[in-house]
Amino acid sequence: MIVDKSGSPLLADENIKPDTRHGVILYVEDVSVSFDGFKALNDLNLYINDGELRCLIGANGAGKTTLMDVITGKTRPDTGKVSFGQQVDLLQLSEAEIARAGIGRKFQKPTVFEELTVFENIELSLAGDKGIWTALFHKLTGEQKDRIAEILTTIGLSKECYYPAGRLSHGQKQWLEIGMLLAAEPRVLLVDEPVAGMTGQETERTAELLTSLAGKHSVVVVEHDMAFVRSIAKQVTVLHQGSVLAEGTMSEIQSNKDVIQVYLGEEDGSDDYAKENEKSVSEKTELESKPQEQTV
Amino acid sequence: MTTSTIKTDTSMNHSNNSAPNNHLPNNKPTFVQKLSELGSLRVVIGFLLISAFYVTFCNLVFAEGSFFHVSDYTVSLFGKYLCYALLALAVDLVWGYCGILSLGHGAFFALGGYAMGMYLMRQIGDRGVYGNPDLPDFMVFLNWTELPWYWAGSSSVFWMIAMVFIGPGLLAYIFGSLAFRSRVSGVYLSIMTQAVTYALMLAFFRNEMGFGGNNGLTDFKEILGFSLQEPSTKLGLFVATAIALAIGYMVSDFIVKSKMGRVVTAIRDAESRVRFVGFKPEHYKLWIYVVSAMLAGVAGALYVPQVGIINPGEFSPLNSIEMVVWVAIGGRGTLYGALIGAVVVSYAKTRFTAIMPEAWLFALGGLFVLVTLYLPKGIAGLLPNILNKKDSENEASDTDQSKESNNTSIEKSEASS
Repeated sequence: MIVDKSGSPLLADENIKPDTRHGVILYVEDVSVSFDGFKALNDLNLYINDGELRCLIGANGAGKTTLMDVITGKTRPDTGKVSFGQQVDLLQLSEAEIARAGIGRKFQKPTVFEELTVFENIELSLAGDKGIWTALFHKLTGEQKDRIAEILTTIGLSKECYYPAGRLSHGQKQWLEIGMLLAAEPRVLLVDEPVAGMTGQETERTAELLTSLAGKHSVVVVEHDMAFVRSIAKQVTVLHQGSVLAEGTMSEIQSNKDVIQVYLGEEDGSDDYAKENEKSVSEKTELESKPQEQTV
Repeated sequence: MTTSTIKTDTSMNHSNNSAPNNHLPNNKPTFVQKLSELGSLRVVIGFLLISAFYVTFCNLVFAEGSFFHVSDYTVSLFGKYLCYALLALAVDLVWGYCGILSLGHGAFFALGGYAMGMYLMRQIGDRGVYGNPDLPDFMVFLNWTELPWYWAGSSSVFWMIAMVFIGPGLLAYIFGSLAFRSRVSGVYLSIMTQAVTYALMLAFFRNEMGFGGNNGLTDFKEILGFSLQEPSTKLGLFVATAIALAIGYMVSDFIVKSKMGRVVTAIRDAESRVRFVGFKPEHYKLWIYVVSAMLAGVAGALYVPQVGIINPGEFSPLNSIEMVVWVAIGGRGTLYGALIGAVVVSYAKTRFTAIMPEAWLFALGGLFVLVTLYLPKGIAGLLPNILNKKDSENEASDTDQSKESNNTSIEKSEASS
């Protein structure tokens, strides 16, 4: 629980609401994180506006997942400031408190509760009291049931409602996880690689879903798939070696000199990128080919 | 983008059938679900009470020598099994549902047992060998002149009942809050629980602890004024154990079926996800761990008057491992599985140790290996497993059909575009 300077519980659990008068919902300022001397994040600055859909791209090791870890409280930064709206200092809160405050996160690998049914997965994620005694004597209200049904329809899993989540396909698990995020009624959704391992058709549907969520929620998407990023993103942030390399619309990014230099692997960048996996190679070629098209 | 819906085949089918989208499909019980109701609360409690009644009836009504007669020996043997079953239930609650592999539940069992043992020692009064009305024999033997402070109140039955819950509960609370807060889990936690019970065993072996040292507490005379040597008292204890088990089962069943149970299961499957959903897993783990420890304590308290002794051997790590084996063999993650496991393995132990005592541990180990390899869900998972196969075959044909309908709907949409 947070208290103000005089010690009163001004920002008690239920009172945590971001102040977004300046239109920014998430402030990440001068954040540095190092693991055994390796700087995963290096004086990173990032501002996410209320209701926007932002894509984060960058090669492996650029710090995308670490950034998400910092925002959700899994990793504590060495220096810097992270706040939700203007007032709520996220560095003071635990993971569970951050989640209850309204920041939801989807993991890279779909993590759902395999033994529980799809319905129960959503039920547990619903916003509300998460205390022990409430859980022990809790009964679902009709309103909550409707809400669950609505979410299941949104993510297209109504029919699988009573299946154990472990029996869903990979793509369905990804959607279920997004549905679990929605159930928590978050202000900010952090989505790590939502279309990894999805078929083309599934990717398209996911893109539709994420775009429709923006506006009501702020959505931050980390993704390697450049076609996917191009299809959804208005604003793109490029991370490189733990800090922001460039920010702007997709076409601005693609014509940005720094980005091209890094991705083409000139001089300093070349060693790092030799080790990369197929995905980032394709990412490279994507970025490579695009500016050429534009110059033609 | 106009639609906020992922159009899968299913939602398409729904809208085609003009069914309102917000309605959930009916949860039609399948054959397997009907069958698994064999493990439902009413059936288990019913079975438990009927068999307890049967044993009581046959013990009282039929004369010795009659085919239907159940001997006094058998009655107290069954009483012991029921204590084990309650203990297995406690282990299943933390391991089967919450994924905390506790290899130290023997400690909670023994603490409950010692609380009862202290009360029974004080009931002896001046009938002990030394005839001291206040001090138990072992204290007189050690030349102690007065009761240690922690024995104060031990002559009261209410104090005893309170300690049966508080002793194990407090240990679980202290250990659990330290371990879960620092996010110790998996095999490290198991080793720590094992270490705790081992340390307690060594501590209770010391005479200075004031719990009778090596010999423990024994030579009990009576409980609540009834002589422990009387067959009727033994029968009474058996019935009390059956009732305690029934209550313990109902409590566990309530927990497991509540939202609490689902949170706990979720913690077992994906703890980090639970944390990011907004629950505090450490609180839930601690809570269920304490409840489980208390159940184990009750089991220990009922066990002691039936076997007539409690000594530090009950803390031995081997005992705690055996409890885990019961649950693994019976079927973790199902409450009735734990009961089956405890009773079946204990019965096997009784028979086996009578025939060839040296081989018992090998047999137990072998059984554990076999069950882990071939029956991951234990005995309780045996029948539903077979039926599940049939069920999924049926479903496979279902999904084939839905795939077809999916294809047709895609064709339709292509045609329309």
